[in-house]
Amino acid sequence: MIRFIARRLAIAIGLLLVLSAIVYWMLDLAVDPLDDLRVSPAPNKAELIAHRVALLGLDQPWYERYFRWLIHFVQGDLGVAWRSGIKVSELLGSAIWTSIQLIFGATCIALILGVTIGVISALRQYTTFDYAITFISFVLYALPVFWVAVLLKQFLAIGVNDYLNHPVMNWPVVIAISIVSGLFWAGATAVGLKRQLVVFAAATLITLGVLAYALLSGWVLNPQLGIVGVGVIALATAVAITMIFAGLSNRLALYSALTTAVVGIALYAPLQWLFYLVPMDIWWMLGLLVVAIGIALGIGWLWGGPDRGVSMRGAAIVAVLTSIVVFVDRVMQGWSLYMHASAINGRPIATIGPSTPNLGGDFWISQLDRWTHLLLPTIALVLISFAAYTRYQRGSTLEVLSQDYIRTARAKGLSERVVIVRHALRNALLPLASIVPVDFIAMIGGAVITESIFSWSGAGALFVTSLRQSEMDPVMAYVMLTGFLAIIANIVADFLYGLLDPRIRVNA
Amino acid sequence: MSFDNNLRPGQGSSDSFDDLPVTSDPEVLPGAQSTIGGGGAQGRGEGVGELKEVEGLSQSQLVWRRFIRHKGAIFGIVMLALIAALSLSAMGVFGMPGWWKYQNYASSHDIVNGAAPTMTLPKWLGGPGFAIGDHPFGQDNIGRDNFALVMKGAQTSLLVMVVLGLITLILGTTVGAFAGYYRGKVDTVLMRTTDLVITLPVLVLGAVLGKLLATLPVKLDASQEVKEAIVANTPLLLAVVLGFILWPGLARLVRSEFLTLREREFVDSARVAGATDWRIITKHVLPNAVGVIIVNTTLVMSQAVVLEAALSFLGFGVVDPNVSLGKLISDYQGAFATRPWLFWWPGLFIILIALSVNFIGDGLRDAFDPRTKRIPSKREMDKALARITATPATESEGAR
Repeated sequence: MIRFIARRLAIAIGLLLVLSAIVYWMLDLAVDPLDDLRVSPAPNKAELIAHRVALLGLDQPWYERYFRWLIHFVQGDLGVAWRSGIKVSELLGSAIWTSIQLIFGATCIALILGVTIGVISALRQYTTFDYAITFISFVLYALPVFWVAVLLKQFLAIGVNDYLNHPVMNWPVVIAISIVSGLFWAGATAVGLKRQLVVFAAATLITLGVLAYALLSGWVLNPQLGIVGVGVIALATAVAITMIFAGLSNRLALYSALTTAVVGIALYAPLQWLFYLVPMDIWWMLGLLVVAIGIALGIGWLWGGPDRGVSMRGAAIVAVLTSIVVFVDRVMQGWSLYMHASAINGRPIATIGPSTPNLGGDFWISQLDRWTHLLLPTIALVLISFAAYTRYQRGSTLEVLSQDYIRTARAKGLSERVVIVRHALRNALLPLASIVPVDFIAMIGGAVITESIFSWSGAGALFVTSLRQSEMDPVMAYVMLTGFLAIIANIVADFLYGLLDPRIRVNA
Repeated sequence: MSFDNNLRPGQGSSDSFDDLPVTSDPEVLPGAQSTIGGGGAQGRGEGVGELKEVEGLSQSQLVWRRFIRHKGAIFGIVMLALIAALSLSAMGVFGMPGWWKYQNYASSHDIVNGAAPTMTLPKWLGGPGFAIGDHPFGQDNIGRDNFALVMKGAQTSLLVMVVLGLITLILGTTVGAFAGYYRGKVDTVLMRTTDLVITLPVLVLGAVLGKLLATLPVKLDASQEVKEAIVANTPLLLAVVLGFILWPGLARLVRSEFLTLREREFVDSARVAGATDWRIITKHVLPNAVGVIIVNTTLVMSQAVVLEAALSFLGFGVVDPNVSLGKLISDYQGAFATRPWLFWWPGLFIILIALSVNFIGDGLRDAFDPRTKRIPSKREMDKALARITATPATESEGAR
C-alpha cells in the first residue's frame, strides 16, 4: 500500500512538473504585460516599456524565466503579483480557504442530495416520479452556472431580503411549495394510488402548516429551535436512522439511538452555558463533535447485543446529526442581533463577497455571516453537480438491482430494506469513488465562475483577475494548486476504491 | 409452394426449389409450418407476422429502431433542427443574407415600445394575438436589435459545438484507439498526455487558451489583414482550441473499449487471416466501439456549448465584434433589473441547445446499449390484457 501511494505520488509530481512547464509556456504566449503601455500616450513610452521589460525579464527567453520561477517555487517563494506588488502567498493564503469551504461544502451537499434522489429514482423506475426527476436533472445539467448565479442574485437574494423587511404573506407561493412537496413525497415514498394520495395529502398539509406557522408567527424573523425543537429533531433522527440502517425490529439499535438522542437533549442546557461562558472557535466545535461521537459509541457498546457494531454506528450517526442541530440552533440564536447589525441593515442574504467587512461579533455571529454568504454560491454549484450525481447514482443502482445476487437475497426472504440498503446500496455506491474526483475538478472550474459573479476573493476569482491583468505568478500558483488538488483527489479515489472493492487489489 | 413463395420472395418461385420439402429450409419456423394445415390467407398473415419479429436486423437497424422510439431524442432533434433553421436563415450563413430585416446586428435603431420585446402572445395564451413586431426580443440601451444578436449568438454556439465535436471525435478516437490497440509504450505515452490535459479544469485551461487567442496576434505584431482575419474567425479558432482540451475523456473511454475488444476471437481470426493492424483497427474493432464514440461525442458537444458560453462570459472567449450567447449575458448582466429580456433570451437559447443535444445523447446511449429493452408502460400492458380477455373466442379462432 505504501509502495502504491509512493509510486502514485512520484508520478503525480512528474506530471505537475511537466504541466507547469507547458502552462508557463502557454501563459507566456497568452499574457501581454505591455498591453497598457503600447497604447499609452505618455511621452516617455519607450522608457516605461524598457523598465517593465527589465522588471519582468521579458528580454530573456521563456524557459529561463520558467526555471527561475520553478526554483523559487520549490523553495516556497510563490512570486509577486507585479501590478499590485503584493506577494502571491499573501493573496492565495486567504483565498484558498474561502474556495475550499465553498467547493467542499457544495460537493458534500450535492453528493448527499444527488445520491439519495438517484437511489429513490432508480427504485421507482418508470414511474412519473422517475421521469420527472430525469427531466429536471437534464434541465439542470444544461443550465450554465453563470446564468443561474445571476438569477439567484436577482430573485432569491432580493426576494428574501425584501420579504424579511416587509413580511407580507404570499399565499399562492406557499400553497405551490406545499403541493410540490406533497407530490415529491408521494412519488418518492409511496407505491399504489391510494397510499400515494394519503402521503400526498399528509405531506402537503404538513408543509403548508409548517410554512404558515413559520411565516405567520414571525418565526422567520427570529428563527430558533429551542430545546423542544432540538429534542423533536433528535428523537425523529434516531428513529429514522435506525429504520434505515438497522430496522426497527433491532431493538438494541433503536434503544442505543434513542439513548444517544436523549443524552444529547440532556446536554443541551449545559452546552448553552458552556457556549455562553467560554469563547468558542472551530477547534472547540470539532473537539465537542469528537466527544459526542465517543459518548455515542460508548452507549452503543453498553447496549451491546450480538451485533454491537450496528448499534454503535447508528448511535454515532445520531450523535453527529444531533450535534449539528445543536450547533445550528446556537448559530440561529444570533439571528436578530445579526439582522439589526449596522453592517447588515436588515438585508441578510448577501450577494457579494465571502463575509461582511467590519461586522465584529463573536464566533457565532461570524459563523452566521459566513452561512448567509455561502448560501447563494453553494446553491448555484449544487444545482449543477446535483444533476450529474443523480443521473449517475440512478444508473448504477439500476445496474446493481438487476444482478443475480439481489434476486438471491430476495429469494432468501430478506426484507426489502436489507436487500436495498445492505446488498444493493453498498455496491451501487462504489462507482461514485471514481466519479467524485472528476466532479471535484469540474467543481473547481465552476467555482471560478461563481466566485467571479459573487465577488468572492477566492482562488478562482484570483485566477480570473490575474489572467486579465497579465500577472503570471498568481496564475501559476493557482494552476499548481488546482493540479495538486486534482491529483490528490484522484489518488484518494483510487485508494478508496481499492479499500472498498475487494475485487480490485492495489498492487504497485 | 405458394406458402414458401410468400415467406421468401424471389426464392420459392424458382423451379429448382419447388420439389424440395418445406422443412429443409432452415429459415422456416415451426410456428409457420403449422399454418400449412390451416392454409390459405389466414396462415399467410400469421407467418409473416412471426417472421417479422425475428427477422435478421442488422445492428444499425436495431439501433435506429430504438433511437426513433426514444421520445426525448426525437424532441432533441426537432428542437435542434428548429433552432438551427431559425438562426441560420434569419441571419444568413456563408455570406448569404438572411430574411431578418436587421442584418447588421451591431447597428442601432430607434427605440420601439420602450425597448421591450414587441413579440406578443397568441390569443389562446391570453395575449392580444400573435405578432412579431419590429424587435421581437426587444432592444438594448442603444437600440440594437436583440433578436439579431441572439440569432447570431446561437449561430456561434452551433458552430463551436459542431467544430469542437469533430475535433474531439477525431483526436479522442485516434489517441484512444492507438493507446488501446498497441498498449505498452505507446499507451503509456498517450495516456500520460491525456492525464496532463485532464488534470486542470477545462475552464482554467480554456481561459488560458482563450486569452492566448486574443493576445497572440498583437504580440506577434502581425499585419493588419492577419489580425482582422483572426478577429473575424475567433469563434472558429476558439472551437478548434477548445477541442484540444475536451478530447481526453473520449480517448480514455475508447482506449478501455479497445483494450477489451482486441482480446476477442474475431480480432485473432482477422490477424491469422493476415490483416494489417490498420485494417483490424478500422474494419474490425472500431465499428464495435462506435456506440461509445458517438454517445460521448454528443455529450462533449453539449458540454462545449456551455463551456464556450462560460468562457465568453468571463471575457476569455468570443470577443467583439463577434457575438456569442455567453458574451451577451455577460454584457447585459448589469441591465437585468431594467431590461430582463436581454438576459432571458440568450440564456434560453443556451439551455435549449444544450438540453436538445443532451437528449439526443441520451437517446443514442439507450439505442446503442444492447441491454436496453423497451418496457411497455402500465397503461399499454393493461390495454393489451383487456384486449386478450375481452375477445378470447375470436382471437383463438383467428389463430388456428
